[in-house]
Amino acid sequence: MEAVVFFVAAIGALGGAIGVIAMRNPFYSVLALIIHLFSLAALFLLLTAAFVAAAQVVVYAGAVMVLYVFVVAYVGGGGESAWEPIPGQRLLAPLLAIALFVELSIAVLGSALKALETHGPDVNEGFGDPAAIGRLLLEKFLLPFEASSILLLLAAVGAIVLAARRREVEA
Amino acid sequence: MNITWYIVLSSLLFATGVLGILLRRSPMVILLCLELMLNAGNLALVAFSRMVGNEQGQVFAVIVMVIAACEVVVGLGLIVAIFRRRLPLNVDDLRELRG
Repeated sequence: MEAVVFFVAAIGALGGAIGVIAMRNPFYSVLALIIHLFSLAALFLLLTAAFVAAAQVVVYAGAVMVLYVFVVAYVGGGGESAWEPIPGQRLLAPLLAIALFVELSIAVLGSALKALETHGPDVNEGFGDPAAIGRLLLEKFLLPFEASSILLLLAAVGAIVLAARRREVEA
Repeated sequence: MNITWYIVLSSLLFATGVLGILLRRSPMVILLCLELMLNAGNLALVAFSRMVGNEQGQVFAVIVMVIAACEVVVGLGLIVAIFRRRLPLNVDDLRELRG
């Protein structure tokens, strides 16, 4: 049962990722990314990371993707030219990606981590639920937690500054 | 399922994101491919956290999500600014800063 869920979610995640880079229209790319994010949330649930899965669906697939859809609707999906700035780019890029995948796989499989071949130790009921993550965030990782809230505020201010209308500059 | 499966899937997703960044020219799609790569990293973090049996890796994944949200907000703000100035939304045409 676990294997079936894993392979269905893995195919969904990979299919969504390929859809993102294959679709001509950015709007369809965003939709493919939403499929990818939901599949990843299922994988997180398999890894007993309930809070991360919930945050993935609510924050990512919900809020961030809505932002993307708004910007795609505002800017509009223009077609890309088939012009290649570097000769043979369409041939070389997949080769480089395959080489990177092989290299990463060799690095992981060649590492002497014995626990990679297991499915991890048995954990108790509350592993990765919101209570456990919340306790970690507010006790051990309090400083990174507060720093990330400041970072979010800065990003919001920066986005407003970037996207605001400035008539006198453009004139 | 072994943790190895998750890690191999994560590296496959990362390579897909890299392929997208190398192939596509629309800044919007490049941002989406950055999301793919960050999510692949998240999957590896959560898988390793499960392998060790410690939740601290999941906190890392949550922080990575925060960083990704910031990156999206600033990136989309840049795209809107580019669009407002009637510049082409193509990373090959936006070459003013190239040395």
